[in-house]
Amino acid sequence: MNGVHDMGGMHGLGPIEREEQEPVFRHPWEGRVYALRQGCGALARWNIDMARHANERMPAAEYLAASYYERWLWGLETLLAENGVVTSWELTEGRAKGPAPDELRQRVLRPEAVERRLRTGGSYRVEADIAPRFSAGDAVSARNIHPTGHTRLPRYARQHLGVVERGHGVFIFPDANAAGLGHQPQHLYSVRFEAQELWGPNAEPKAAVYVDLWDSHLETA
Amino acid sequence: MPPSHDHEHGSRFSDVELRVKALESLLVEKGLVDPEALNQLIEAYESKIGPRNGAKVVARAWVDPAYKKRLLENGTAAIAELGFTGAQGETMVVVENTPRVHNVVVCTLCSCYPWPVLGLPPVWYKSSAYRSRVVIEPRGVLRELGLELPTDAEVRVWDSTSEVRYLVLPQRPPGTESMTEEQLVALVTRDAMIGVAQVLPPRSAR
Repeated sequence: MNGVHDMGGMHGLGPIEREEQEPVFRHPWEGRVYALRQGCGALARWNIDMARHANERMPAAEYLAASYYERWLWGLETLLAENGVVTSWELTEGRAKGPAPDELRQRVLRPEAVERRLRTGGSYRVEADIAPRFSAGDAVSARNIHPTGHTRLPRYARQHLGVVERGHGVFIFPDANAAGLGHQPQHLYSVRFEAQELWGPNAEPKAAVYVDLWDSHLETA
Repeated sequence: MPPSHDHEHGSRFSDVELRVKALESLLVEKGLVDPEALNQLIEAYESKIGPRNGAKVVARAWVDPAYKKRLLENGTAAIAELGFTGAQGETMVVVENTPRVHNVVVCTLCSCYPWPVLGLPPVWYKSSAYRSRVVIEPRGVLRELGLELPTDAEVRVWDSTSEVRYLVLPQRPPGTESMTEEQLVALVTRDAMIGVAQVLPPRSAR
């Protein structure tokens, strides 16, 4: 979706404010939101791409005004309600109408499983024998697409020419996975775009942007 | 939870704190989260998993050429040799800074960041300002953050749009030839491994 989250190249979003000795969580509630996202993720009712897409669907003006963990909170409430894990009534009232089904309760992240979950992580790479469409050195063009759902092809790269810098192997395709359309595994590449190609003749000299893109995002140039 | 500030309605908690508390108690009541597991998730990133992990990777690469070669060829495996694996670092690529090439990492679409080696990202990395600007004016952003690149150096911005996570291998500063690996670890900063700073020599050598 052409949302405000896709902000590469936008102007007017202010100076970069870097804080020395910044705490990991500025307020205890931020840590709780972070942990609730991880804990609820373990229930396996949605995948990481659906979770990112939930954050992106926060209304644009609210998204820009919200702090990072406020966005995560909004996204979590959205995921819980949309996937029927809690009802809107329960969310509004802050009370449970009844316990969750056993099938969900069996998946609850327990303390003894936390370390393993963090050390193992997710699996996004797919061991599949799929031929790559491109190889390192190939000239490519990012497609002119404007899907209303989730996509990892940023607007600033669309319709621009680049060169495949390296292949990363076969990965789940997030644009499909976010929509519940399955993994649609395909090759992922790092594509180099020269700054002048992206930003025109006034671009900074000797600069390039590397974007990770999938076969479905690219055409032969 | 400690009180944050005096709320206009006299509550000890802000609206967002109350919303988070309500959500957690609802999920506990339904049997969907275990509060002790949540505590452990928070504890892991507050005290165990942070940029010191990445600094160990960098210092090892500086003192051990064979390790550096492995690190640049297969970041995931070489970083795992030091015990750093897992969530948001499942596939790692390490990019090397040289006098001719400077690398800097961003996630313009959200906040992707290599958790096992750097921990959770700082606020500025997740900010709209950084996400929007560093791809279109990297030299300007670096200058604003105190890093003036030589005009003949190329700047490469890595936009983390996939599950591949990028770590910058900074240049080893001059005057550190006699330092031990452990001493070098202490010099390496988070910002240098994102690519918005250089590693400075120790004060004694400046």
